[in-house]
Amino acid sequence: MTLGSFVVRNTFRNKRRSLLTMLSISFSLLLLTLMMSIWRTFYIDQGPPDSTKRIITRDRVSLAFFLPAYYRDKIRSVPGVAAVVPMTYFGNVYKDDRATNSFAQVVTDPDEYPKVAADKIVPPDQLLAWQHDRTGAMVDIELARKFGWKIGDHLTLQSPYFPVHPEVTIRAIYTIDPPVRSLIFNAKYLEESVDWFKGQAGWYLIQVASPNDVAPVSKAIDEMFRNAPQRTKTESQQAFQLSFVSSLGNVKAFILGICGAVVFAILLVSGNTMAMSIRARTREVAVLKTLGFTRQRVLSMFVGESIALSVAGGMLGVVGATLLIRWLTHSPVAIGIPGGMKVTLPTMLASLLVAATVGFISGCLPAYTASRTNIVEGLRHIG
Amino acid sequence: MAIPISYNVRNLRLRKGLTVMTALGIALTVTTAIFLMALLAGLQRAFVSSGNPQNVLVLRKGSEAELSGGFDAALFPTLKVLPGIAKDSHGEPMVSGEWVVVIVLPRKDGTGEVNVTVRGMMPDGLELRPSAKLIEGRWFQTGQREVVVSKSIRSRFSHANIGDTMEFGKGSWKVVGVFDAGGSAYESEIWADVNQMASDFDRQGGYSSAYLRATDPIAADALKNRVSDDQRLKLEGVLETDYYAKQTSSGAPIKYIGIVVAIIMAIGSSFAAMNTMYAAVAYRGREIATLRVLGFSRPAILTSFVFESLLLAMLGALAGILLMLPFNGMQTGTSNAVTFSEVVFSLQITWQVAMYAIIFALAMGLFGGLFPAWHAARQNILTALRG
Repeated sequence: MTLGSFVVRNTFRNKRRSLLTMLSISFSLLLLTLMMSIWRTFYIDQGPPDSTKRIITRDRVSLAFFLPAYYRDKIRSVPGVAAVVPMTYFGNVYKDDRATNSFAQVVTDPDEYPKVAADKIVPPDQLLAWQHDRTGAMVDIELARKFGWKIGDHLTLQSPYFPVHPEVTIRAIYTIDPPVRSLIFNAKYLEESVDWFKGQAGWYLIQVASPNDVAPVSKAIDEMFRNAPQRTKTESQQAFQLSFVSSLGNVKAFILGICGAVVFAILLVSGNTMAMSIRARTREVAVLKTLGFTRQRVLSMFVGESIALSVAGGMLGVVGATLLIRWLTHSPVAIGIPGGMKVTLPTMLASLLVAATVGFISGCLPAYTASRTNIVEGLRHIG
Repeated sequence: MAIPISYNVRNLRLRKGLTVMTALGIALTVTTAIFLMALLAGLQRAFVSSGNPQNVLVLRKGSEAELSGGFDAALFPTLKVLPGIAKDSHGEPMVSGEWVVVIVLPRKDGTGEVNVTVRGMMPDGLELRPSAKLIEGRWFQTGQREVVVSKSIRSRFSHANIGDTMEFGKGSWKVVGVFDAGGSAYESEIWADVNQMASDFDRQGGYSSAYLRATDPIAADALKNRVSDDQRLKLEGVLETDYYAKQTSSGAPIKYIGIVVAIIMAIGSSFAAMNTMYAAVAYRGREIATLRVLGFSRPAILTSFVFESLLLAMLGALAGILLMLPFNGMQTGTSNAVTFSEVVFSLQITWQVAMYAIIFALAMGLFGGLFPAWHAARQNILTALRG
């Protein structure tokens, strides 16, 4: 019998204890993996390559304040700007107030929009049809699938911000990875029915010539409007999305805090189990030693057992987190989880590494105690 | 007959290491839950304590918040003479026309910019908010470009000490005082004279909201309806308490994330507790059989072990509460979904939070203890005695 198989057999000797420990560790590691994935999505991910060339100009104080329409041409004149479209958030309510039916509805300028959203793939004929129909709308393919929409379907929209119920016709269906699940229609159509909205835009979505232009162009735009009636704030699309996150408070500290608590909790659980399991085997250890197993051998056997248990729990947790995140990002309910969030291989490996380290540390002390037991006393031990 | 409680206590003490480790595991889960609940409790307190039940907030009809409101100043005299309004210290109706804007201030620690609410008010505005106490300097004077800042604004932003000047609107404003709003939503605001503010933001002849003080809470309700029903005004009256209660929805994201995190951690801890209890049962097999022989019934054994698990969880809950107590009152901020500005609040470990934490831990203990206790009660006496 090799040391490896001896360790594995011992690990699963007390099945219930091993299973409960594994489950306990797996839930903690599920949470850890989830937190690391959130961290990665928010702070490390650069987003799809197309989005690195997109910047957003909005009112300096809040998205709640619209910008004047003439800003668009002024922004266009800034060197490095390839395209500018006005964007306004119409709302996210569809049919009723239920969150399952909620999706983002925005208005824009369909003629120029494809230039800033080249990553949204639309059949050319559909795109033309959308651009030519003032009441036309373009929707995400996942959204269309969910509601069973087809080209030519009519929808009546409603908004918490605009006192109108525009009826739009689906003219185009776009595909994008990860899905954005939005409906886009013509800002002119909205302007026709809402008087006070004329000549305004919620924010400007800008395509710059190269990723290197992001910083200088952003700065130039804000500088240009420094003394204008409304000052602006321009940032990359990634930073713009992140600003919603950071407005919630100190998210980084929050995530780190949870991770710390989780790691400490696994340490306790795993250490506890090992202490229990080794204590129950005091006599066995003495027998092993009598047979000539060295102290190091006994020590490594128990530490190996502890690591095996934690890693097994870790694997379960990683799989659980992967499934959970897949379910969350594909769930019909929009809960504000970015569609691109997933558990990447490095995240999985990091989680497993944490599990192995915790297993190692928590196994050390009880294993050390066991390896030092006096043979005669151990043999006499009644446990 | 029930097994005495001291039996469980002694058992927990006998296996000190195991007890402490398991309880600490539960404690960690409890601290996370307490942290989240304390955040929500603090946020709720900030909003709930902001409203005075006698104050009626007047907004433009259809507008949800002060920021998106705005009505003609010409309507103000009509509001002022509505019946049911209390008198201020000068014997005049206690009303305040106000102008609210949001400005951007850099954080003191250099971690970016934050939206802050600036409120321009009439002198009665201060009388309408008796909960705000001046702690340093003096109140702003009518007709002067002066501001008073809340205690938390002073600590969170640079250039917010007495004697400093702040740049917003059309020029600089002098900080002349600091007030303590007792953890209410006003704790996130800067106050100034309404006329100065309106002229700086080109809004002369208008107010974004008005506050009326009713003679008593019942009169406030009537006053609110009077404002809303008056066809000439096209305004809407809301009780200040209701207005702020609605803003607690800003805590929704924290709440959802918190529930998910707490549940996952609780499941993990329950398994750990279950493990400990199974070990306790296995270790005491012969003892349990002896108890049965002595005449203790199966339900008594079951109850005793469940109780031991609950005791363990209770220890964890207490440790968790103790661990979190130093964080009580810690200040933090989140974005207010209604006013688009940052609202400052502090962690509040209230009795309610502590109670929930204990219930939460006991639930873990119950789940973790039930199966092992069932197992203990079902044991065959003879086999166990021999084992």
